Amino acid sequence: MARISLKVNGKSQVVDTDPSTMLLYVLRDDLNLRGPRFGCDLSQCGACTVIMDGKTIRSCSTPVSVARNREITTLEGLGSVARPHPIQKAFIDEQAGQCGYCLNGMIMAAKVLLDKNPNPTDADIKKALVANLCRCGSHLRIVRAIKRAAKKKA
Amino acid sequence: MRDKSLSRRQFLKGAGALVVSFSLSRPASEALAQSQPLSDGDVDPGLLDSWLAIAQDESVTVFTSKVDLGTGIDTALAQIVAEELDVPFKRIRMETGDTGKTVDQGPSVGSRTIEKAGPQLHHAAAAARRELVRLAADRFGISPEKLTVKDGVVSLVGDRSKQISYGKLIGGQRLNVKIKASGRGYDLKLAEDVRPKDYKQYKVVGSSAPRIDLPAKVTGEFTYIQDVRLPGMLHGRVVRPPVVNSKPLSVNEDSVRHIPGLVKVVQEGSFVGVVAETEWSAIQAAKALKVTWSEPATKLPANPDELYAYLKNTKSFRDQVAVNKGDPAAAISQASRSFEATYRWPFQLHGMIGPSCAVAEVRKDLATIWTGTQGPFRTRKAVADLLEFPEKNVRVIYVEGSGCYGRLSPDDVPEDAAVMSRAVGKPVRVQWMREDEHAWEPKGPPQLMMVRAGVDSQGKVTAWDYTDRGFPWTAAAGMPLLASRQIGLKPKAQGSPNGTQGGGELYAFENQKVVAQLIPWVHEDPTPLRTCNLRAPGDVARSFASESFIDELASELGVDPLQFRLRYLSNDRRGTDILQAAVKKAQWKEGKSPAPASGGSIARGRGIALARRAGTYVAAVAEIQVNKSSGKALVKRITIAHDCGRIVAPDGVKNQIEGNVIQGVSRALIEEVQFNASGVTSLDWSSYPILTFAEVPDIDIVLINRPEMEPLGAGEPSLIPVPAAIANAIFDATGARLREAPFTPKRITDALKAGLSPAQRA
Repeated sequence: MARISLKVNGKSQVVDTDPSTMLLYVLRDDLNLRGPRFGCDLSQCGACTVIMDGKTIRSCSTPVSVARNREITTLEGLGSVARPHPIQKAFIDEQAGQCGYCLNGMIMAAKVLLDKNPNPTDADIKKALVANLCRCGSHLRIVRAIKRAAKKKA
Repeated sequence: MRDKSLSRRQFLKGAGALVVSFSLSRPASEALAQSQPLSDGDVDPGLLDSWLAIAQDESVTVFTSKVDLGTGIDTALAQIVAEELDVPFKRIRMETGDTGKTVDQGPSVGSRTIEKAGPQLHHAAAAARRELVRLAADRFGISPEKLTVKDGVVSLVGDRSKQISYGKLIGGQRLNVKIKASGRGYDLKLAEDVRPKDYKQYKVVGSSAPRIDLPAKVTGEFTYIQDVRLPGMLHGRVVRPPVVNSKPLSVNEDSVRHIPGLVKVVQEGSFVGVVAETEWSAIQAAKALKVTWSEPATKLPANPDELYAYLKNTKSFRDQVAVNKGDPAAAISQASRSFEATYRWPFQLHGMIGPSCAVAEVRKDLATIWTGTQGPFRTRKAVADLLEFPEKNVRVIYVEGSGCYGRLSPDDVPEDAAVMSRAVGKPVRVQWMREDEHAWEPKGPPQLMMVRAGVDSQGKVTAWDYTDRGFPWTAAAGMPLLASRQIGLKPKAQGSPNGTQGGGELYAFENQKVVAQLIPWVHEDPTPLRTCNLRAPGDVARSFASESFIDELASELGVDPLQFRLRYLSNDRRGTDILQAAVKKAQWKEGKSPAPASGGSIARGRGIALARRAGTYVAAVAEIQVNKSSGKALVKRITIAHDCGRIVAPDGVKNQIEGNVIQGVSRALIEEVQFNASGVTSLDWSSYPILTFAEVPDIDIVLINRPEMEPLGAGEPSLIPVPAAIANAIFDATGARLREAPFTPKRITDALKAGLSPAQRA
């Protein structure tokens, strides 16, 4: 066990855990966050995506020790039902989701994409999301939502 | 023997101390439903309070055992209640799938919740509105006919002094009104003496209300089953055998003693699991636990060829005859030309993105289960059987999980959690790992379809003889599930049939037979190739065969595939309309398939297919391109025309159609469970890939609304014609006929090498 300081959604926190624990379980079980979700434990589906120092990472396969003192953002760090982030708002406006289990990964990937490329084409969006799986088939709505968010921003 | 059963009131009271320490995305109304449970402990359908409650804050809580599996059904049901009560849609709260608080309306399956539960809620809400108006009339001392309701306020037309809101009338109190109730489950009829609104008055039904779940889902505020936490809760993981029919000979507990927080290695019969204080420890323990498994006693088919041979050669235990008209065999033998073809459909996964999860709290004689099952009442029965409790001592509370697309492991995992909770005497949360899910979810069964047709000298099809051979659902209701079987419960039946629709019964031929034969698939011990209903169960494969074969006939007879279908639709107006709507939108270019060969490495083509499921009609047009050297097919666009009678939630229907189409493209092009004689080898998303953003087609949708009709199932039917439309488009583009799904580059290349349609050679 080790004490590890984490900076999550702008807040510094210390967790006492086995340093080999994957970040996902620390976020969900120790910090009670729900945005990052367990999907595969294999970096194959994207449900667990969080942003670390401006880049998407798979929290299911990132040991918590790697995240020490790094800047972590989860879905909760973007906005809330009361005050949604423009990307979250765009997903609601486009009704982009069904079960919604994958949406965490989609929104986090969209955030990093739009930070780098504020005016992406459909092809850019599809490329950025190609490693994020959705089984309900909300893909087209997700692309539209990200375009809508980009337009709002531009 | 002591009667272990408790009254429902005692039970809710007892369970109340431990439940709901997590908050759902919406607070339940402060008014709890129901006053008097029935003698068996269940909620009385004949009481209005069992269906809805009005709070002082004017919110209306609807109690229903129908559950939202990610399809948006909560929103559509809320629209129905808002419509009948004349309250703003935003005031409706949904309490769903709690066996302690809701009436059993049957499981939420087949995209048929609006069709089956819609009328129940229309009538219950209409009865409530009538009662509320009566209460207001009593208070004002006038007759109810003079009152009107708007936005939940009852008022006398033209007199502003006489108005009162629902909340002020009855908020927080019970209505204490009996309503007529007869039948059960799907067939439950409520308040038949009360007339709901005429469809011409609808304002909320038929509009696209925003989904009530999405804001919480996009912000991390939603409570999925994976987010449920109870005080004192432990974490469990299952340790399943790597191969079929294998039993733990020894379990080495020393192999996990070093894991901090380990609570117990649970072994009962063949069931093995681990329980730990933290999720991470449970995962580590499940990985580290050394189990010596017995050699498998039985073998599965070693490959698809053996599987299809088994399907072909094994005696069926039930022949379900859907159509039997004239004498197709005789007509085919006398026909001037005859054709036949065989089609194959593989095992496929439901493939939830979030593996199944459940929390169980098992006490001495009570159990509470939280899970994402489609059928809370059937899960209650299964868990009660496993624990040997009376059903009324088990309470199942639905909490939404990852989208499920048919019945699968969310029905299994509550049993795992129950076994482990019983073993440790504490609440246990169990989540399957990815390989558990891929290996052990009950899979969509494979099917073998054999079709024959006879054509007369005028080119008219005079005979159609269609046989589907497939497995029943071995993990269906009434069959003991995974943990139950591991601890020793034996199946007493073969399982439920996989449907009969889609074998060409849409078309009228003089001599016609459509039969679905069920082949036994129950093994001595549960296998990873166990089966259950996967979205539009059976219909997808059957329609792939029938709609491909129709296309083959059209091609052989030199007729445009659309015109050929229209000829045999006879007087089916909705079938004709739906085809016309689809081709109009897709700008269908008439002509026989295959299209004249084009130069270059890319071939392009279009294909059409028609489906009808439980009264809903769907036509699909696929536009595809095929790389002739690599054999890779890419679907560019799918156009869907969809007629489900009256549309309740248009955007919800479109959302479902898009999802079903994308899943249909994925299943047609990519998906096939890999296995060998020992079990399943598709254990992750790289060995069982699904369609990604790179390959999703554009989708155009035409909704045909028939407001005068009752609403039918929406969404799921739109998956059915997609694979055949794609196969027909590949044929149109290349002249290569795909008779086995999925249409992988290798199969397309092989078909290209084989040359013209095999039907021609038959």
